[in-house]
Amino acid sequence: MSVFNAIDEERDIDVNEFTPSLEPQATWCPGCGDFGVLKALKQAMPEVGRTPDETLLVTGIGCSGKLSSYFQSYGFHSIHGRSLPVARAAKLANPDLEVIAAGGDGDGYGIGGNHFMHTARENHDMTYIVFDNEIFGLTKGQTSPTSPKGHKSKTQPHGSAKSPIRPLSLALTSGASYVARTAAVNPNQAKEILAEAMEHDGFAHVDFLTQCPTWNKDAKQYVPYIDVQDSDDYDFDVHDRREAAEAMQEAEESLYDGQVLTGRFYIDEDRPSYQQEKQSTGDMPETPLAERYFDDDYEWERSYDLLDRHK
Amino acid sequence: MTDDELIWRIAGGSGDGIDSTSQNFAKALMRSGLDVFTHRHYPSRIRGGHTYVEIRASDEEVKSRGDNYNFLLALGDSFARNPQEEAYYGDEEIKPLTENLDELREGGVIIYDSGLLDTDDVPNFDQRVEENDWHVFDLDLRGLAKEYGREIMRNTAGIGATCAIIGLELDVVEELMTDAMPEKILEPNLEILRESYEDVKENYDTDVGVTVPESEHEEEPVLISGSHGIAYGAMDEGCRFIAGYPMTPWTDVFTIMTQHLPDLGGISEQVEDEIAAAALAIGASHAGAKAMSGSSGGGFALMSEPLGLAEITETPLVLVESMRAGPSTGMPTKPEQGDLEHVLYTSQGDSNRVVFAPGDARESYIQTRKAFELAYNYQIPTIVLYDQKLSGGHQTVPESVFDEEPNPDIGKVVTEEEIEEGERLAGRFKRYRYDGEDGVSPRSLPGQKGGNYLASGNEHNEAGHISEDADNRVTQMDRRMSKLDAIRDELDAMDESHQTVYGDEDADYAILNFGSTKGAVEEAVDVLNDDGHSVKAMNVSDMLPFPKGEVNSFLEDVDEALVVEMNATAQFRRHIQGETGRHGDILYSLLKYDGNPFEPADIVDGFESQLDGSAEPAHNTRIESARGD
Repeated sequence: MSVFNAIDEERDIDVNEFTPSLEPQATWCPGCGDFGVLKALKQAMPEVGRTPDETLLVTGIGCSGKLSSYFQSYGFHSIHGRSLPVARAAKLANPDLEVIAAGGDGDGYGIGGNHFMHTARENHDMTYIVFDNEIFGLTKGQTSPTSPKGHKSKTQPHGSAKSPIRPLSLALTSGASYVARTAAVNPNQAKEILAEAMEHDGFAHVDFLTQCPTWNKDAKQYVPYIDVQDSDDYDFDVHDRREAAEAMQEAEESLYDGQVLTGRFYIDEDRPSYQQEKQSTGDMPETPLAERYFDDDYEWERSYDLLDRHK
Repeated sequence: MTDDELIWRIAGGSGDGIDSTSQNFAKALMRSGLDVFTHRHYPSRIRGGHTYVEIRASDEEVKSRGDNYNFLLALGDSFARNPQEEAYYGDEEIKPLTENLDELREGGVIIYDSGLLDTDDVPNFDQRVEENDWHVFDLDLRGLAKEYGREIMRNTAGIGATCAIIGLELDVVEELMTDAMPEKILEPNLEILRESYEDVKENYDTDVGVTVPESEHEEEPVLISGSHGIAYGAMDEGCRFIAGYPMTPWTDVFTIMTQHLPDLGGISEQVEDEIAAAALAIGASHAGAKAMSGSSGGGFALMSEPLGLAEITETPLVLVESMRAGPSTGMPTKPEQGDLEHVLYTSQGDSNRVVFAPGDARESYIQTRKAFELAYNYQIPTIVLYDQKLSGGHQTVPESVFDEEPNPDIGKVVTEEEIEEGERLAGRFKRYRYDGEDGVSPRSLPGQKGGNYLASGNEHNEAGHISEDADNRVTQMDRRMSKLDAIRDELDAMDESHQTVYGDEDADYAILNFGSTKGAVEEAVDVLNDDGHSVKAMNVSDMLPFPKGEVNSFLEDVDEALVVEMNATAQFRRHIQGETGRHGDILYSLLKYDGNPFEPADIVDGFESQLDGSAEPAHNTRIESARGD
């Protein structure tokens, strides 16, 4: 019998299970888009059939990092920009867990940009939610990697000279096998996309547009958005890399002009996940590594058997 | 030390097969019954440059590289002969001779490859040979190697000639080559070996006074580096996950582990940087695997942040720090002990970690096992601190040292039944409950029913929720910090202390040192006591928690103590004074930071210089007076 019984459990799951029984008072501002992420995530969980006990949510630092406080599951509130390396190793050690990583645009595209690129490249089987409100919130309103060019803040008083990061294109070129954008203002689409991302077998990146009512009133995240899957104007094949890249480019350019395009931008169902690739090269055990420490019958090999080469 | 010893130095260019050849020869010497110790000296470049490996072999125990050496095999740097005209390689061809002669003992032997080297280019060569009574063998090793195979096989020709001179029968070398070499190159190598051996035997006077004695081992030995000790210790403790980024000299541990983990059902990950590497180890450990990471100075600096995360989330974590000369990139391939304070204090807030500094390959194995045991039992980061010297130097260790049961225990993890019966906070598992004996609160693992909690890098309450409550803060801090006291008690109660005291307990003078200086210090103590001094030494391994009691009683009745360490600022002495709060008036320092490890004579000279001025300290060492308390 496994030590991880929650993982084998099959039952109906209620949205409310993901609300902590003593909900800590949320420290997000009234009207914050982060509430939208939390709600969408809670609603997506029953759709994927995952319980709080078999889910590990790893977050970074900042307003987005507090997601793990208001979401009932195994949680790891790590450090700024480092949610991905913590999350992917937990998934390697126990691939049966549902592993979700979350962070903000500063956290995920700034300080954690390198991890983003490499986790996407390796195509770890996990979901990555980036709260994208184009601002540093908890440190009180500094320019972030997704702030528009010309954005003025205390740290860029003359207006930012930098072009914003292109998160979708970056995810695609880095190797993510599922790339989508959704927005807190549309909970139904957000829920669907998150559920799909979790079910996707590979690295699923969700750029989640959230509004910051305190520090970034100018951002376009409040305006009505267009679902690229529902609109005839944006007819492209999400399985075609080239078409996906073009659609992403358009979405990224038009965002700062007030046109918010959301939906699935790229889905590659054929690319094996990193876990599968590693298993095929013999570099990864068939049964979860974490199980082994509780298997009384397992025979632990010793280094003593390796000493012949040193004689 | 003994007069009957061989200290054989093979010199050439990086990429010329110096390392593999010396490994094989060291093994051959070990198989012939001798105790062996190796030392690697190499530049931070891939091809060419001055590189050498020293092998010291004796029928008595050898603990260090020894003082100078008595046999040079100068092969020549094949990469100095650069076919590209405009490439800058400098005057390197003759370095195997020019760079090594200063340390060759009187009466020593030189074999040089006349196929590559011309002694006319070496200043005053003939004069120096005569003055020092050196025995010179000019052999066209390259020509011989080319005749039977390829030029690179001149290494083998050099071994054959060496055996002829030191009186080592070829069979043990042949047997070793047969074990180590792929079939297609074996035959020409064996031919070269024999031809060279016969040539020297027949055409030269080999009675030169440098020989190796015949001996037998009491116990079956293995030839192991400190890095092997660490890697094998980790694997025997059930470590099956490693993440890392290449950096010299840490790469040794990383590659040894990576080589074996997949076969043992484990996982190795080479990742984008050291922050990620340590964070991966934390993620794997959090999910229930035994995990480690590590690096050298600069890479370890990046791990400062995840190290603190492991401290506050109480995630078991083992890190290895293999020191090299700093600051910054410093000297990548040279040893130093300059990262001690970096490792003791790095990361935000009050520090709470265990640090061991093993002194030799055997201790590397034993203390790495203990580091894992403590990390998992106490849910605390532990660090194995060692340096480039111990990392790459090989020495003979009895095989029986490794004959220990594996220990895959991951410490206090609750069962699902315990979770169900246990006390909860607002319905949540009390992961960080206050009442844990010895400060350790049992953890649940992701995937266990009812056990979910938040592991937070922010201060948190018993269920893991972020909390800035003052009372909770103090309670959680005190609980976490109390682990170190419990660990200190556990280390104090062990049958065998990690600290090694050497020499007469009642000696008047003391030497204190840590890590890889152990062997050189012990040999220096023997020399000093033979010279009529009264000296003892203590090699300290427990850096945190520090063995205050042991050090205090060791220093209790001595007149003066010399703290020997490989750095410029006397970090270890400062640590001793800081931890004991005493001894400021008797602790002197002997410092060396030129990129070379201490030789016993450096310590003897330093000691005599400090004690009575009867010697000058070695030119590349420095004495620093006691500072007072």
